[in-house]
Amino acid sequence: MAEINSGSLSYKIKDTVAAIGMPTIIIAAFWLLTLVSGFFVGISMSALLSDTIKRAGMNGILVLAMVPAIQSGTGPNFALPIGIVCGLFAMVCSIEAGASGFGWLALSLAITIPLAALVGYGYGKLMNAVKGSEMTIATYTGFSVVALMCLAWLMLPFKNPKMGWFIGKGLRETIQLDAVGAAQILNNIMAFSIGDIIIPTGLLLIFGFFCLLVWFFFRSRLGIGISAGGINPKFAQATGLDIDRNRVYANMLSTVLGAVGIIVYSQSFGYAQLYTAPLMMAFPAVAAVLIGGATASRAKVSHVIIGVLLFQGLLTTALPVANEIFAGTDLSEIMRMIIQNGIILYALTQVKGGAK
Amino acid sequence: MGELLRTPAENKSVGQWLLDNIVTLIFVAFTLFGFFVSDNVSLPFFLSELSSRIFRNSFLVLSLIIPVLAGLGLNFGIVIGAMSGQIAISIVRYFELGGISGLLYAFVIAFFVAALCGYFTGLLYNKTRGQEMIASLIVGYFANGIYQFLFLFVVGVIIAVPATHPMIKPDGIGIRMTVDLVPVKSGGLKYALDDIWTMPFVYALLVIAVGIIIFTIARYWFNEKRGEGYRNNRRSAAGNILLGLALAAVSLYSIAAETSLLMVRRVPVVTGLLILALCIFTVLITKTKLGQDFRSAGFNQHVSQVSGINVDQTRIIATVISTVLAAWGQIIYLQNMGTLNTYNAHTQIGMFSVASLLVGGASTSNANIKNAIFGTILFNSMFIMSPEIGQSLFGQALLGEYFRTFMVYGVIGLALGLYVWKALKQSKAAALKED
Amino acid sequence: MSEDLLCFRNVSKNYYGNNVLSNISFDVKKGEIHALIGENGAGKSTLMNILFGMPVIHTTGGYSGDILIDGKKVDIKSPHAAMEAGIGMVHQEFMLIPQYTIAENIKLNREITSPNVISRVFGKRLETIDMASMNADSRKALDKLDMDIEAYTVVAGLPVGHMEFIEIAREIDKTGLKILVFDEPTAVLTESEAQNLLAAIRRLAGMGIGIIFISHRLDEIVSVADRVTVLRDGEHVATKNISDTNAAEIASLMIGRKVSIERAGGPRVNISDEIELSIEDLHVAMPGEKVKGIDLQVKKGEIVGIGGLAGQGKLGIANGIMGTYPTRGRVVFKGKELKLNDPHSTIESGIAFVSEDRKGVGLLLNESIELNIAFTAMQIKNRFMKNVMGMKFQNDSEMRSHALRMIKELDIRCESPAQHTGSLSGGNQQKVCVARALTQEPTFLFVSEPTRGIDIGAKKLILDLLLKLNEEMGMTIVMTSSELAELRSICDRIVIICEGKIGGVLPPDATDAEFGLLMSGSKANTAERSL
Repeated sequence: MAEINSGSLSYKIKDTVAAIGMPTIIIAAFWLLTLVSGFFVGISMSALLSDTIKRAGMNGILVLAMVPAIQSGTGPNFALPIGIVCGLFAMVCSIEAGASGFGWLALSLAITIPLAALVGYGYGKLMNAVKGSEMTIATYTGFSVVALMCLAWLMLPFKNPKMGWFIGKGLRETIQLDAVGAAQILNNIMAFSIGDIIIPTGLLLIFGFFCLLVWFFFRSRLGIGISAGGINPKFAQATGLDIDRNRVYANMLSTVLGAVGIIVYSQSFGYAQLYTAPLMMAFPAVAAVLIGGATASRAKVSHVIIGVLLFQGLLTTALPVANEIFAGTDLSEIMRMIIQNGIILYALTQVKGGAK
Repeated sequence: MGELLRTPAENKSVGQWLLDNIVTLIFVAFTLFGFFVSDNVSLPFFLSELSSRIFRNSFLVLSLIIPVLAGLGLNFGIVIGAMSGQIAISIVRYFELGGISGLLYAFVIAFFVAALCGYFTGLLYNKTRGQEMIASLIVGYFANGIYQFLFLFVVGVIIAVPATHPMIKPDGIGIRMTVDLVPVKSGGLKYALDDIWTMPFVYALLVIAVGIIIFTIARYWFNEKRGEGYRNNRRSAAGNILLGLALAAVSLYSIAAETSLLMVRRVPVVTGLLILALCIFTVLITKTKLGQDFRSAGFNQHVSQVSGINVDQTRIIATVISTVLAAWGQIIYLQNMGTLNTYNAHTQIGMFSVASLLVGGASTSNANIKNAIFGTILFNSMFIMSPEIGQSLFGQALLGEYFRTFMVYGVIGLALGLYVWKALKQSKAAALKED
Repeated sequence: MSEDLLCFRNVSKNYYGNNVLSNISFDVKKGEIHALIGENGAGKSTLMNILFGMPVIHTTGGYSGDILIDGKKVDIKSPHAAMEAGIGMVHQEFMLIPQYTIAENIKLNREITSPNVISRVFGKRLETIDMASMNADSRKALDKLDMDIEAYTVVAGLPVGHMEFIEIAREIDKTGLKILVFDEPTAVLTESEAQNLLAAIRRLAGMGIGIIFISHRLDEIVSVADRVTVLRDGEHVATKNISDTNAAEIASLMIGRKVSIERAGGPRVNISDEIELSIEDLHVAMPGEKVKGIDLQVKKGEIVGIGGLAGQGKLGIANGIMGTYPTRGRVVFKGKELKLNDPHSTIESGIAFVSEDRKGVGLLLNESIELNIAFTAMQIKNRFMKNVMGMKFQNDSEMRSHALRMIKELDIRCESPAQHTGSLSGGNQQKVCVARALTQEPTFLFVSEPTRGIDIGAKKLILDLLLKLNEEMGMTIVMTSSELAELRSICDRIVIICEGKIGGVLPPDATDAEFGLLMSGSKANTAERSL
């Protein structure tokens, strides 16, 4: 009897591991390990948790942008910087228009959503033209757009002194949102603290709202059609769905989420970072959703929430812990590079369809 | 290289030709435009810059050709080779081995490190079949993490090093951001290769011109003699001869009339010979059984596998060769730079080299030496001219630099995108035609 | 001519307990052209896999029985060993690299090389390719086939017939070739190319090579082969001299009467004279199942069967009309012309389709039964949706209750409607597919290979279900199947497709020979009806 039990137990463990996903478990264990060692070297746990929650909230929507792209079969949106520059552009325009506080936020969103949808439409069309190599081309499209926008930041005739260099033309590299009263504007809504742990309620609510939105979207007719096209294009086609059109819609949604995501991110961070800052931003977002249990072809909202918590939690914890234990090294940044790119490589090895 | 008889070139329309060569044309137009608008770039300055960049970068660009032939696409993973080269340089620098012998040590160490890394990279490419290019890009970032772990943590924390060593950070952990490679005279590696033998630019030009002419004639004669299966392309031969004659005329005129070209920086002969050797190696390897296997696996993995070719192994060999060559290329690059920019020197190598190759007219599935050399010349011309254009048109050199970055990414994106788009269009047309 | 070159002695093979070949014994003599014929799944390809030592045989437990070459028992462990033993094959799909020259293709991975300085140090793989010798060798092989094309011509752009000959030249070029297998060699060739090829095969036989000629074209077999072996359901039916038999007999041997599912019911009454679907000059570019011009009319209330051998285009018809592959022609449904290449409008007009590729096209394997059933109706007809704040979302309760009803009606054996379809048995998966089709409330149903990969008990259930739909709901059904017995059991008439065109239309009680001849595209068919 005992033997049978242990046998079924080991099966159960295997099933659970398969259900959660190996990468998720490894990262979670690693995070716990750093938390425990952090505790022993005397780092404030509440500060770590506060930071984790804040950073998960601020990165959340950027990670969420991966879901529509992956579900539609385009693969992780490596061109996330396209959405990001749309968001940055809207923020800059909004400052230029003289808005501040919630007005600034509302105006930014009002500008960015149609803009990102339009840009996302073009990007979706591009992705349909290069089926099979979406990831590589998305990456370089994102890079190109960021580089092109570098020119734009320098050349566009913005006048507001809050954003310009003190000397010379063009916009500053980082624009303080304090100046328009918009730093942490969402974080501070109904913010409260439990002991030493600060809960940025507004930030979490807005992240939650977008999660719900995406969750609902994938229960609508269009959403169901999009994911069917991603899982099984032949099935979707035989059912009379226009897969190409659905992929365009999904990429529009992804781009819009990227744009909204950077606005939420920037307000929490307190700065809008222009020029080359968005260049590499797609990779941590891709890594986060993969850590949450997604694959290059399947992703759920739950993967986003788990992934962003684990990944940001690990990064937040690792920095002070590594500094404490190995003073003078930048181990946490190194670890980020290895984990982030390692998980993407792992996901790439799981992609099927490489014709031999 | 004897031109095997291929399908006769179809009469393509002008539009098609433009589309096929769009990337190259953009760069030619851009460079010419640069000359047109900027008046503070003198020809000698431009040529000095260009020639030193060509000698510095060609080797790296050439290292990309073999993976393309083997069907792996553009190997952004040569950054791993570059890192291996830097590891070798660091070891040599640490033990203060200098001069030509130091350089040889670096080459040997780099060979082993790069071969090992290349092997693992090759394994990865076999696991990510069909997605090799994005995998090669990401694996570069991944390796960069490991590289930093080695250089910032292992050196100092795990391997004890004296904090007093000029390479090591003052706190004794990790290698400094920039490491001076020290001139050869003081026992270092700077110009260890370049300074063995230099030659005035115009003379080098003359030698190259004569070389092109002799090579073209010899090849023509050889192919003619071999007969069936090797047919000469008269037009390309004539073009080569004309190019050779023109270069010869320019250099002879410059020598005779003592034009400003005499002021162009001297060129490193041995580096040039190494690049030439790599060109010859690349051509020769395509003529071996291994080279044939590269091409077979590149054209069709399934057919090759069924015919008994070990496709996986062939692809790994191609990756190893590419990685080792890139490591050596990086050593050549660094000895010319004179300083090791420890954490930045390698990061852009992959993109710049790939962009160069693409600008030269190569594609994901087709690349040759001409693409590499021509591309390196064009790409670096653009690189030199960009800030000048920014300066003279907008009064901001920074603008030119951003524009340059845009060109690099844009060119890669455009060339890859066009390639996939064309391939998809063709396969669709083929599916319908069979009906 | 009497020397036994290759002998099969009681060769048997089973996959996981299923006998796919049992006790096959025949021999091929020197210089003989030995035809091998059988329906799909008769065991031809398994037999060839054994002969070529394919890994699929050895990783599944090997085979029993003996293979003798020149009277000596051989054990062929790998394709390479097969090549060493002198066995060659001309594949149905060309193993050619179009970018290479003819010589490079003929010598693929057998390139002639000469040593050089570097190769002496680093090994054979760095030896220089000797293109001139490769051209010369290829020249010899091409000459044997009377091909006057230059060996250094690039393959891309050559006519298909040439490619076939290059494949043959490659086999001839291998030293010690004794046995050459042709797998459906004329399938992709034009009439005149096929004649050239048959002439070449005769010439090869004349050189003393033993030929195994696999084809479904009876006319070709009768005209070129010396003997024929017929396989059916993994069993050896007969080996006959061509001079002692004829096309009709071979056809009848090939089909045989299997343990058939009894034809249900008496004469059918509900077929009306109204033509519901009319197909004119239909062409479908479905890879491997091309349709090349079909005219067919289907009456309301009819069950029409579409049969034929694999690769002949029978599957292309339904797929073409449903818009899954590029299609041209004219299809009129209930008096209105269908918009082709537009699955959406076809489904909307009331035609439903149960695909032959159940796992690939038919189902979302990682989704629930209820979503699978509701999916098409949801997407096309906006059913199972509810309004929430002006937006439409899926209506879980309606989906659930509909799924439960379908599960009950079709007797789908499952744990719950939320179970993933991937974990169902084949028969139940098929029922989910049918349920989805029914949920679209169609008046016309295309069903392709409804019983493929389903155990025998479930087969009967599916067929009964189709019959019930036809009789009780008056649904017109076009059923495509490779299993003739199954078509005969429920169809009112059976259309046989051969080489992308209609070979003929037969009543379900026609003889085996009639079916066999039509399937094999034999021109002699009408003359032999009396057999």
